[in-house]
Amino acid sequence: MSERTYTIVPHPRRETIRSMLKRGERVDGRRPDQYREIKIETGIIGNADGSAKVSIGNTKVVTGVKSSLGAPYPDAPNEGVQIVYAELIPMASPIFEPGPPDENDVELARIIDRGLRHAPALNLGELVVTPGKQVWRIFIDIYPIDHDGNFIDASGLAAVAALSTARIPKVIVSPEGLVIKSEEKVQLPIADTPVFVTIAKIGEALVVDPCYEEELVMDARITFAINGEDKVCAIQKGGRGSFTLGEIKKALEIALSVAPELRAKLPKRSI
Amino acid sequence: MVSGAKVKLLREDGRRLDGRALNEMRSCKIEAGVLKNADGSAYIELGRNKIIVAVYGPKEVHPRHEALTDRMLLRCRYSMLPFSVSDERKSPTPSRREVEISKVIREALEPAIFLEEFPRTTVDVFIEVLEADGSTRVASITAASVALADAGIPMRDLVAGVSIGKIESELAVDLNGIEDQQGEGDMPIAIMPRLGEITLLQADGRYTREEIERALQLAMEAVTKLYEEQRRALKERYSKLPIEEVESGEFSEGVAQ
Repeated sequence: MSERTYTIVPHPRRETIRSMLKRGERVDGRRPDQYREIKIETGIIGNADGSAKVSIGNTKVVTGVKSSLGAPYPDAPNEGVQIVYAELIPMASPIFEPGPPDENDVELARIIDRGLRHAPALNLGELVVTPGKQVWRIFIDIYPIDHDGNFIDASGLAAVAALSTARIPKVIVSPEGLVIKSEEKVQLPIADTPVFVTIAKIGEALVVDPCYEEELVMDARITFAINGEDKVCAIQKGGRGSFTLGEIKKALEIALSVAPELRAKLPKRSI
Repeated sequence: MVSGAKVKLLREDGRRLDGRALNEMRSCKIEAGVLKNADGSAYIELGRNKIIVAVYGPKEVHPRHEALTDRMLLRCRYSMLPFSVSDERKSPTPSRREVEISKVIREALEPAIFLEEFPRTTVDVFIEVLEADGSTRVASITAASVALADAGIPMRDLVAGVSIGKIESELAVDLNGIEDQQGEGDMPIAIMPRLGEITLLQADGRYTREEIERALQLAMEAVTKLYEEQRRALKERYSKLPIEEVESGEFSEGVAQ
């Protein structure tokens, strides 16, 4: 893909992409509502409590879950803590620079966090060890390693795959109130498996799973996180353009229709 | 935010805690041209929210390498003052929330501006929340587009924003602070009212497809009222100026008199 890592699409190419879309064709031969090939591997990092590597076409994302015991947030004393972090590292693309997280890193992490939180992916109420004092803090760290567009959907799949296959130590609270992590491992309390569907608007066309080149020429994008009950649990519009009411409704319809096939790619929970 | 609201947000009579009906906005007052140094500025009070916006530009880009050859670079900084929040003092360093909101506000304003008319220049939009009571990002957008217009930057339309939320399973217009914290969801929406185009859409909470469509409809209705107030503020600003200064563009001197 190195021949494609320019940051500005030449005008003739832009025109080709747009005119093909008027006929309902995409540059890589996909239908407007078709994802690239999705592969999900889990349990790839032995030292992590849960992990996943997801590829959507050439886009690759690695995600790990780590857990630790700690204090709850003061405004939610009887809930575990979910923390999502994402970093667009220079390895993934020449367009990413080293340095502290910028707005793109922060936005990616916060979209995934909202989708997981409101689905809800984790039942945070079951992650309490000593109410008000000690809870599980679940860290979900997202690292894209190869960039060919649509990090949001890939990161969402990776986060849910890593969470649903994660195992954390079983804790035993002794009569004296001592908390002991046992050798026995238990699964995380998964309540739902949200999927993220991103739709790009290019001219008048709406396409799912934009590749890098489509992201460069798109007017705007919109992401819907959809839970297992077909409820929308997060939305994020991005990009310099705007959507008509009709386009939002159509994008939502597309997102709801493709969500089940995405969810089917997620690993079944091991017992 | 937390599932299972602990506080009742609707009264026995079906009204909200501050007495509003579900589809009722708080009172909104906008003033344009409130700062002397800025090229454009605006102040908004939406309920107890107090937000001031300054616009500088179009001007040269510094650092120079950030300049875009085919359009204006719009930069946006949304910031909450340490004493603006009802909780403990907020740290003045930008939070991850502020970083994200600065980005989505910029992307909500960009569709309205003729960016391509000003290549190699930048416009800075500085937003300071003096007092926060829910829906600050959309109120910031409403004020920022007035400040951009006040700076004389050519625009396709103004942008007005409103938060539609879910409290006790009902959709509610223009969430205040407690409704945002204790409610079941928040859906900030910004719209170019004349063009009917949506420039910002975010949501957390859980919604059916029908609820999202209704929320967008409620937002469309709400922004027409904000649009009137935005236009009123701009008209009032310019009707105050002596006509020759409006024509020569010396707005700040006009205010100083």
